[in-house]
Amino acid sequence: MSPPEPLTLFRPPFRNYQFDAAYDEMFASPGAPREHYKALFQTLLELPPEELRKTQQAADLSFLHQGITFTVYGNDEGTERVFPNDLLPRIIPHQEWRKIETGLTQRIAALNLFLEDIYHQGRILADGVVPRELVYSCRHFRREMRGLTVPRGIYVSICGTDLVRLPDGSFAVLEDNLRVPSGVSYMLANRKVLKKVFPTLFRDYGVSPVDHYAQALLATLRALAPASSSSRHEPKVVLLTPGVFNSAYFEHTFLAQQMGIELVEGRDLLVHDNIVYMRTTAGLRRVDVIYRRVDDDFLDPLCFRQDSSLGVPGLFNAYRAGNVVLANAIGTGVADDKALYAYVPAIIRYYLGEDPILANVQTYLLNDRSQRSYVLEHLEELVVKAVGESGGYGMLIGPHSTAAEREDFRRRIEAEPRNYIAQPTLSLSRAPCFLEGEVQARHVDLRPYILYGENVTLVPGGLTRVALRRGSLVVNSSQGGGSKDTWVLRA
Amino acid sequence: MNGRRQTTMLSRVADSLYWMSRYLERAEHTARLIDVDLQLRLDQSPEAGAGRWLRLLEVSEVPAPEDGKIDAASLTHVLTLDRTNPSSILSCVAAARENLRQVREQCSTEMWEQLNRLYLQVTSTTESEAWLLHSYVFFRAVREGAHLFQGVTDSTMSHGEGWQYIQLGRFVERTDELARLIGTHFGRLPHPLDQAVESEEYLEWVGLLKSCAAFEAYCKTYTAEIRPLRVAEFLLLNPEFPHSVRFSVDRIHAALVAIGELTERKAEQPVRLAGRLCATLSFSQIEEVMASGAGGYVDSVRWQCAQAHTAIQQVYFDYAVESALVS
Repeated sequence: MSPPEPLTLFRPPFRNYQFDAAYDEMFASPGAPREHYKALFQTLLELPPEELRKTQQAADLSFLHQGITFTVYGNDEGTERVFPNDLLPRIIPHQEWRKIETGLTQRIAALNLFLEDIYHQGRILADGVVPRELVYSCRHFRREMRGLTVPRGIYVSICGTDLVRLPDGSFAVLEDNLRVPSGVSYMLANRKVLKKVFPTLFRDYGVSPVDHYAQALLATLRALAPASSSSRHEPKVVLLTPGVFNSAYFEHTFLAQQMGIELVEGRDLLVHDNIVYMRTTAGLRRVDVIYRRVDDDFLDPLCFRQDSSLGVPGLFNAYRAGNVVLANAIGTGVADDKALYAYVPAIIRYYLGEDPILANVQTYLLNDRSQRSYVLEHLEELVVKAVGESGGYGMLIGPHSTAAEREDFRRRIEAEPRNYIAQPTLSLSRAPCFLEGEVQARHVDLRPYILYGENVTLVPGGLTRVALRRGSLVVNSSQGGGSKDTWVLRA
Repeated sequence: MNGRRQTTMLSRVADSLYWMSRYLERAEHTARLIDVDLQLRLDQSPEAGAGRWLRLLEVSEVPAPEDGKIDAASLTHVLTLDRTNPSSILSCVAAARENLRQVREQCSTEMWEQLNRLYLQVTSTTESEAWLLHSYVFFRAVREGAHLFQGVTDSTMSHGEGWQYIQLGRFVERTDELARLIGTHFGRLPHPLDQAVESEEYLEWVGLLKSCAAFEAYCKTYTAEIRPLRVAEFLLLNPEFPHSVRFSVDRIHAALVAIGELTERKAEQPVRLAGRLCATLSFSQIEEVMASGAGGYVDSVRWQCAQAHTAIQQVYFDYAVESALVS
């Protein structure tokens, strides 16, 4: 067998396409595209780069004009920024998607059973499968939820799970986002753009549609409506946003519009006699289901943070009384705590008696003495994450860190070991991106969106996030990441 | 089913649509005022121009410089791109956009894109472009951007409750602007009412009409002979011209009647106040109005309009919860 052709033989626009140990989404080996990427590869070879560049500019402009922006915190100059979109689709064959789908369905089922258990009898704690102190010391554990029954026993009805593809080609779960996952609007916006850019390619590929997400979300939310509401009228569903300064505000408006429901802020709602009303021009109207995009802490100043002006005083009591439903439920954050994450495979086995379909990433728990000392000796190779943070904040990436940063994290870990976990530095898979007028490889992850109402629904697709900076492993929008459309192929 | 389905509208949303519309109307108005001024200045002595500048500032409710010296460049700045002046064109367009951004899901995508585009255009304009190089282009772009937004709104948004608040905001703002402009002009430039004006003064009166986008329409009605009494009649009492006080007040009334029906709150205060103002204007005779002075008349119009504004706030946007719970 002849050795793979040297990279220099690559024709434009692939001239500078690089390979390393990471799994490449497009190429099985340098120059040899995988079966499901062949058509795209061919198109890219034939398309003049100038065309592609123009298309990219038009797409960027359309995002700007539509105001598809997010807010960067801790940045003075203009708070709105366009979330960069990459033109080249990430393609997932049907078989691979099937496995992702069943794996995530299994996971959300188990995590919901876990939440119901720890807020009621606590069997899994009594049986010693998950350490009691791990749950009770979690910042997102809500004592107020003890003994409260939620509709259908569903705590997490909207979930966005981060998957990564490891060098061997298998998908693993990196993070469960069980509180207020965002990004689904970009999935839909990217799709809209790509349909315009590659209409023929799109049709020939046979891509599964994602456009029904909003409808599926609405059906999910309606399925949770309190029994009391059905006798009165069709359930009134609203989306609660923290307001225009929230980083995901665009998404909130987008989803409310797509679902045709009211987008409300805390000041639009009020509670009287444990019933939630919204203030309309025609008087007060009763609210049944709140899809809340406000964190637990800020929901109700009478119950949680008193300084919150985003929430609704009395909301928690109305919730307890069963007069209104919140999605997701309060207190779900305990199940996506990064330390608890290490126990999810055990949780799946405990409740479902099945082996996890999707693997976890190896995780070191730092309140364990021996694991901690190993981690402290190997900070340079590992990624350290604060358990309660998200969005790429509070992270140390060992191989890319300075001695001072490592020293800082060492001190923080020693002070509060429960607050940190460590994982091996993963070599995320790489996918072709159109950058600087040519095709380059960048690290990507995948966030599919899971809905759990009457049953579990996954819209075939998700948000593929891209680390746009060369060599970077961080895909978060707040840290210089972008996104691309994800094409799940039909059977 | 009659094809109509009752929809609900949040008070906050109605409030934002109303203010969005007011801000945009104000931006358009200011752009027209300055544009007209820049063109008149070409034909006039500096002294006459300075007098008009003072009126312009008074109309825009910007304090005149203490030393009384008018520096056209810096004042243009104050009225166009000054972020610290809340009624500059830039501030108004930004405020309009911010209001619409807060209720994006309520308007059509086309509306949002149009207003966002106008905002991006205004914010990317530099001082020298607005003032020295392309003033004509800039002010025209603001006006056209606002007109385009209105057209897009009318053809892409349901003419339901939300649309009515947009109408309401535009015409409440317009009534106030027109009344202020007319009051200031008649107060500062006394002229025999029923005589044709000539020479230098002629330009000022044409300026007033153009500031209301009314010159052509006036000429069609009364010919190009300008008499203050006719100008007053046209701008105050003409029922067909969209930049007359009467026309604007009629629209306010119509919007409030429609909102009253949609919200099933028909007999509320705002409708009655607007109805009274409508009646006053439709039964007024211009000779009687001018006999007691235009100033007093427009002040009364402004006051009644402000009352209607307050009533709108109290009934639809910011009502007391206790009273709402009872009903």
